Amino acid sequence: MSSRERVLGRVRRALADVRPDERPYEEAVGRDYLREHGRRSTEETVELLAQNLADYRAIVHRSTAGEMADLVMRLLAERGSQEVLVPPGLPPQWLAAADPVRIHDRAESTPQRLDQVGSVVTGCAVAIAETGTIVLDGSPDQGRRRISLVPDHHICVVRVPDQVVSSVPQALDRLDPTRPLTWISGPSATSDIELDRVEGVHGPRTLEVILLSA
Amino acid sequence: MSGTFVGMPAFAAFPEAAREAVGNRTLRGNLRHATHTIRAKRARAVAEVSDWAELREAGRRIKDHTLHHLDRYLEQLEESVTRAGGTVHWAADAAEANRIVADLVTATGESEVVKVKSMATQEIGLNEALEAAGIRAYETDLAELIVQLGKDRPSHILVPAIHRNRGEIRDIFAKEMGEWGRPAPDGLTDTPAELAEAARLHLREKFLRAKVGISGANFMVAETGTLVVVESEGNGRMCLTLPETLISVVGLEKVVPTWRDLEVFLQTLPRSATAERMNPYTSMWTGTTGEDGPRTFHLVLLDNGRTDTLADQVGRQALRCIRCSACLNVCPVYERAGGHAYGSVYPGPIGAILSPQLRGTASEIDASLPYASSLCGACYDVCPVAIDIPEVLVHLRERVVEGGPAVRAGNRVLLKPAKGHAAERAAMRAARWALAHPGALRTGQRLASRTRRLHPRTLPGPGRAWSGTRDLPPVPAEPFRDWWQRTHGTDNGEGAAK
Ligand code: SF4
Repeated sequence: MSSRERVLGRVRRALADVRPDERPYEEAVGRDYLREHGRRSTEETVELLAQNLADYRAIVHRSTAGEMADLVMRLLAERGSQEVLVPPGLPPQWLAAADPVRIHDRAESTPQRLDQVGSVVTGCAVAIAETGTIVLDGSPDQGRRRISLVPDHHICVVRVPDQVVSSVPQALDRLDPTRPLTWISGPSATSDIELDRVEGVHGPRTLEVILLSA
Repeated sequence: MSGTFVGMPAFAAFPEAAREAVGNRTLRGNLRHATHTIRAKRARAVAEVSDWAELREAGRRIKDHTLHHLDRYLEQLEESVTRAGGTVHWAADAAEANRIVADLVTATGESEVVKVKSMATQEIGLNEALEAAGIRAYETDLAELIVQLGKDRPSHILVPAIHRNRGEIRDIFAKEMGEWGRPAPDGLTDTPAELAEAARLHLREKFLRAKVGISGANFMVAETGTLVVVESEGNGRMCLTLPETLISVVGLEKVVPTWRDLEVFLQTLPRSATAERMNPYTSMWTGTTGEDGPRTFHLVLLDNGRTDTLADQVGRQALRCIRCSACLNVCPVYERAGGHAYGSVYPGPIGAILSPQLRGTASEIDASLPYASSLCGACYDVCPVAIDIPEVLVHLRERVVEGGPAVRAGNRVLLKPAKGHAAERAAMRAARWALAHPGALRTGQRLASRTRRLHPRTLPGPGRAWSGTRDLPPVPAEPFRDWWQRTHGTDNGEGAAK
C-alpha cells in the first residue's frame, strides 16, 4: 500500500463518527465578520494607508505624475545608489531624471550580481489601508520576486486611489492566486533579541512608498 | 512500526524539568519580560478590530469543516498543486518524511540547504536526518540561527530564542559563527542592531549560493494549490525565491478549502502572534512560475500522528491550531517553566495537548504534559481558533489515568492506565462515587470541615507523591452546601437563581 493510500485510509477511519454535512461549504462556514472596518471616504482610506505604512517605519511620499521623475531622482541620490534595478514594465518616465545606471533583471543574472545593486523601483498590485500592506504580484512593472528582495533599498509606487483597498478581504478579491504574491508591511524586521525591534535583517532595510495620484 | 517522533526525545517529565527551570532566574526574567510585553501588545492589536469574535468563530468553523472532510480536501490540494507544476509526496511518519526530503536533496546533487523556520521540520528532526545523509541544513531565521549555533533547543513557537538575552547571543555569535561560515565581525557588541547585522552578513552568503530551500507553510489552499508562509525577516522570502528547488514539509492539517479563507487567518494570525496588524512579509506561491522563483517544487504532506489525533473526538480540535503562540504568552505555567520543560517542539498549552496526542502517552514526559497547566482558561480566551485547551487537557488526564481506546499509528489500541497514577485513579473513582451519592458527600464534607485542623499538609500513603508537587487546598470551615443553605435558605442552586 502506498503512503498516500495509508494516510487517506487513516483519515477516513478517524472520521467514522462524523455525520455527513451536505450543506454547501460557504453556508456551513458562515462569514459574519466585516468586509472592512469602519466607513471612510476614498481620501480617508488613502490617508489611513499612509499612516499605517509610516507606523511600520516605511517612509511615505506623495507625488503627482509631473513631480515623479524629480522625486525618484532625489530618493536615489540620497541613498547614493550607483545602480538601480528596473523591472521590464516600469514606466520609463519615472526614472527620466535619475542618474544611476539601470540594471535589468535578466534570468541569467546571478543573485550575487543583484546583491551589488543599491536600489530597486517597482509598482505594486494592491495596497491595504487597514494594515499598511503593499502586495506585489510579479506583473511587468514589479518584476520577479527576487528584485524587491535582494537590494537594500526598495522604492514602491502605489497609484492612489485606484490601487488602494481598505481591508485584507478586499485585497484577496483583487488578487490572482496563480501568480506568486509578496505581501510587504514595512521593511524587514526582527524582534528575536529580547523583543527589541530591529529593522532590516534579510530583506530591504529601507522601504519608501510613493503614493502617486493622477 | 516506529513510534511517532516529535523532536527532543528522552526528557524528564514535566514536573522535574519545570522545577529546574523555575530555579533559573535569568530564564525567568527573560520569559516574564517577553511574555508580558507580547501579551499587552496583543490585547491592543485585537481590540483594534471590532469583529474579532466573528473572525474567531469563522476561523474555528473553517478549520472544523476542513478537518471533518480532510480526505476530500487533501485530494483536492494534491490535484491543484500537481496542476500548478508541483509534485506531492505523502509521509506517514517522521522517518518517511525525512527519507523523502533527503532523497530529493541528494537527487539535486547538492550537499547544503537553507531552511525557513518550520515547526514541522523540527518535529520530525529533519536537520539531524539530513546530517546523517551528508547534507548540511542552515537555519536562517535569526532566532533559529541563535538556537542552531548555540547547539540549543527552541523554547517558544514564535521567538525560539526567547530564553536567551543579548549577552548570551553575542557570545554565541562570536564563538560559533566561524564554524558555520562567515565569522562574526571583530569587536561585536551586544546591541540588537549589531547582532542582527552580523546575522545578515553571515546568512547572506548562504542565501546567494543556495540551490535548495526547505520550508514549512502556514496554510495550503485546496482550491488553488497555493502555499502561504508568514514571516518578518525576509529569510523566508530568500529561501522561497532564490533556490532552484523548493521542498515544503507541511502537516496535513494546514489545508484550508478556499482562497477566500485566507482573509480570516491573515487577519487573526498576525494580531495573535506578534501583535501586529500584519507581519512584515507574507509569501504565496502556487506550484512553479516560469522564471520567477524555484523551477522545481515538492510538497511533502506529513501525517506523523495527526490522523491519530483526528480520531479522538475531543482531542481533534488541537489540529485547528495555527501556531500563533498566543496561548504560550498568557500561560502562567509557561511563563515560569519556559518552553524546554515541555520536552517537545510544541511548548506551552498547545504543546501540552498536541504532543501527547501526536506521540501517545506512553512516555513519562507525555503522560505528565496534560498536567502542565493550572486550567485557568486564559489559553482558550486568546486562541484565535477557539481551541478549548482546558477541555482537552482534562480529557487527556482522564486517558492517562484511566486508559481506554485510542488510535496509534492508524491502529485502534486499548491504552493501559499509566503507571504511577494509582492514587489519582482512586481519587477519581471516589469522586465519581461521592458525586453519585449526594448524601454521603454531604456527610463527608461536614465531617471534613469539623476535623479540618487535624488535616495533614501532604497526603499519606499512595497520595504522598501526588501532593509532593501540589498544595492541598485548605478545607473550608463550612461546606459550600451548608453555607448556601444558611445564606439562601434552600438546598439547591436552581431554586435561588431568580
Ligand atoms: S492553540 Fe490557539 S492560541 Fe495556541 S498556538 Fe494554537 S492557535 Fe495559537
